[in-house]
Amino acid sequence: MAYIKLDQEKCKGCMLCIEVCPKGQLKPGVALNKKGINPVMFLAQDCSGCTFCAIICPDTAIEVYK
Amino acid sequence: MKRIFGRTKSLRPLDTHYCSGCGHGVVHRLLAEAIDELNIRGITIGVTPVGCAVVAYDYWDFDCVESAHGRGLAVATAIKRLQPEKVVFTYQGDGDLAAIGTAETIHAANRGENLTVVFINNAVYGMTGGQMAPTTLIGQKSATSPLGRNEKTEGYPLRISELLAQLQGVYSVERTAVDSVYGILKTKNAIKTAFQNQMENKGFSLVEVLSACPTYWDMSAFESLDWIKNKMSKVFPLGRIK
Repeated sequence: MAYIKLDQEKCKGCMLCIEVCPKGQLKPGVALNKKGINPVMFLAQDCSGCTFCAIICPDTAIEVYK
Repeated sequence: MKRIFGRTKSLRPLDTHYCSGCGHGVVHRLLAEAIDELNIRGITIGVTPVGCAVVAYDYWDFDCVESAHGRGLAVATAIKRLQPEKVVFTYQGDGDLAAIGTAETIHAANRGENLTVVFINNAVYGMTGGQMAPTTLIGQKSATSPLGRNEKTEGYPLRISELLAQLQGVYSVERTAVDSVYGILKTKNAIKTAFQNQMENKGFSLVEVLSACPTYWDMSAFESLDWIKNKMSKVFPLGRIK
């Protein structure tokens, strides 16, 4: 199965990846990062490796593996 | 497992200073990807503007020169004429290219300088606090037009790309938007084509990118992408202009 690596420290919490994920594999996180915002969390259940989240991410915080 | 998406060599692994949801980060990545795919990192010289992207040279791992406000194309002209074998591009915002630098922009385009221009249009002055720019839409609220832009007193949004497309020296002008995955992929293609035009000595190529500024549009990141789709791209129609 494909998966993503999300850099929690680079995430600025704009939540655009959550909106574009066709499988609903991303959701707002619970723990704060050093910037003081809630980074996005990856559920890792059903990722197809479409790279949509990584393409829309303004901070290049997502790497995709397939 | 193979890495199918990640940072390319030209993009340093740094945090950017941009606000959450800002379009600059996306366009920085697209530029880095285009340069790496064309394998021109060693011969590229970027000219960065004054504006939100003023320290863009920190984020890219290739040579850059900082220019005075609006004078990016004048600096780029000098670099390209002295070193014609290099690939030179400018990265400018709407306050830089379409307001204070209008004269430099129009004359560089009219001379047909063999340059690539990436023009970020976010309809406000971002760095200085969200003031009205020439590209601000009619009725759009900003720090200096708190009741919305009124065309009777402040004029109409300046379509600088259409204006430049009239000039004989200009080879290609294209307008795209980083408002969706599709839009981002199209923007990357447009930037890559603009670099290829320069490498084939075809002349002045400009890519205008409609980009989100959630902070000064007073919206969430997703709402601002919607605003580009529904409002901004009606005033600034997308597609190939020349």
